[in-house]
Amino acid sequence: MDLNDLVQQKLKDKFGELVSDFIMHYDILTFETPKENNLKVLTFLKEDAELQFDFLNDLTAVHYPNEAGRELAVVYMLQNIRNGQRIRLKVFTDIQKPDVFTAVNLFSTANWLEREAYDFFGVNFVGHPNLIRIMNVDEMDYFPLRKEYPVEDQTRIDKDDDMFGR
Amino acid sequence: MNQKQNIQLPEGSLGKQTTTMNLGPTHPATHGVFQNILEMDGERIVSAVPTVGYIHRAFEKLAERKPYYQITTLTDRLNYCSSPINNMGWHMTVEKLIQAELPKRVEYLRVIIMELSRIADHLVCNSVIGVDTGAATGFFYVFEFRELIYEIFEEICGSRLTTNIGRIGGLERNFSELAFQKINHFMKTFPKAMEEFENLLTRNRIFVDRTVGAGPISAERALNYGFTGPNLRAAGIDYDIRVSHPYSSYQDFKFDIPVGHHGDTYDRFLVRNGEIWQSLSILQQALDKLKDHDPSVYHADLPDFYLPLKEDVYTKMEALIYHFKIVMGETELPVGEVYHSVEGGNGELGFYLISDGGRSPYRLHFRRPCFIYYQAYPEMIQGSMLSDAVVTMSSMNLIAGELDA
Repeated sequence: MDLNDLVQQKLKDKFGELVSDFIMHYDILTFETPKENNLKVLTFLKEDAELQFDFLNDLTAVHYPNEAGRELAVVYMLQNIRNGQRIRLKVFTDIQKPDVFTAVNLFSTANWLEREAYDFFGVNFVGHPNLIRIMNVDEMDYFPLRKEYPVEDQTRIDKDDDMFGR
Repeated sequence: MNQKQNIQLPEGSLGKQTTTMNLGPTHPATHGVFQNILEMDGERIVSAVPTVGYIHRAFEKLAERKPYYQITTLTDRLNYCSSPINNMGWHMTVEKLIQAELPKRVEYLRVIIMELSRIADHLVCNSVIGVDTGAATGFFYVFEFRELIYEIFEEICGSRLTTNIGRIGGLERNFSELAFQKINHFMKTFPKAMEEFENLLTRNRIFVDRTVGAGPISAERALNYGFTGPNLRAAGIDYDIRVSHPYSSYQDFKFDIPVGHHGDTYDRFLVRNGEIWQSLSILQQALDKLKDHDPSVYHADLPDFYLPLKEDVYTKMEALIYHFKIVMGETELPVGEVYHSVEGGNGELGFYLISDGGRSPYRLHFRRPCFIYYQAYPEMIQGSMLSDAVVTMSSMNLIAGELDA
């Protein structure tokens, strides 16, 4: 059995409808779970004797302003350090109430990565021991990587956006 | 913004028995701008709070505006001790997105560039551990050879530190005859200097006393903290992306992965030295393999992404169209999510790219190894002496540019 099929099968058996949207993005199996369920899935993947995804490779957030009710995505990338298999878990949340449970107790890696996601996207990681800004100044009162903040100075008139990018 | 003052004293700092000490912020010319607020009991460190972000330059935001080929210059400025590896990592991410196949010769040339920069990166780190323990001699020995590597880069791409080497689909130009001469000269002279460097430090009583047991971390904790690269291997886990997820034809090469046992400063030093020898062996293998391939090939046939030759732009209609499309960022890109990682100088450098088909990424996230493993620093130095904290930091190979993105 293919390793990705095994992961998908075991997750389906354990969580049923709560894990969904399995898709292969190039070489990485990607799937979703409701945000209330993220820790259960992460714990299962980490502690299952066969799967052993004990390495949180990366954690980040993405902003999709047009998807009402699920504007912010938190993306976890887990890895089995023995065979190198990688999988990606996505959790979507409403931007008005961006509360997601923290994974710090499972993976120490998540500490600063969650602070970074909070700093740039405003994802509120519930239970995080020290959720303060990490890169930007503490006085900043907005979340700069959200799509409503354009890179360029909007008062410039010498650039025509129709021709130069989004 | 409100006018809150940005000073955070630890709880009850006025009535306490320990001393608060600021280690840094240091001058950017040392290791980068680092600050640690230490709680000291005599000369023992009770706790540490690192501050990061002094040179944050918003690369992830900037990348959402730039066309793909312009993002290479941003990656230069992540780990600037081995920027060619970052450049190659970015090119390979885009090549993975567009599912481009590269000729073998291009991949071997890239391996040569990457292994040279890995040697340069490890040389800086290891010789600076020497400097931080009071032995500046080794630093001067090996920096002569780092200079030779930079001259090779200069010959290949025209610049030294922030290289912007290569293009999506290959290299911007072929290696010249002089570049090969310089590489061969380096291969001939460097091993002797490396032996000298190892003789100077590896069994040096003072060096061993200062580094053995300084800043140790167990394999289990290192994994939990997301360590990668030489730091993880020093703790005893043989995870190397060149082997576990081969890219750029690394599967064609034979090399060992040096591992340590205790995860302390001395093991990290030994692992890096071992990797330098392995890199030299990979370089020699790559040079040998090049002989079987057509020496005129240096890029893939990707007209949509790879700039045509300038004389063709002036004389051929098609080349002119492609040139215009690439420079204006009008090339069609597939929609998708791709993650690609390379074994950088200090760990797994990953690129998480989400493309919506536009001219620039919808979202680009850099998985920066030292940002992830630096959070273990307070745990590693807890209970040790202040001087151990300094050598621990230099042995972790922290590069502020990468830490702060």
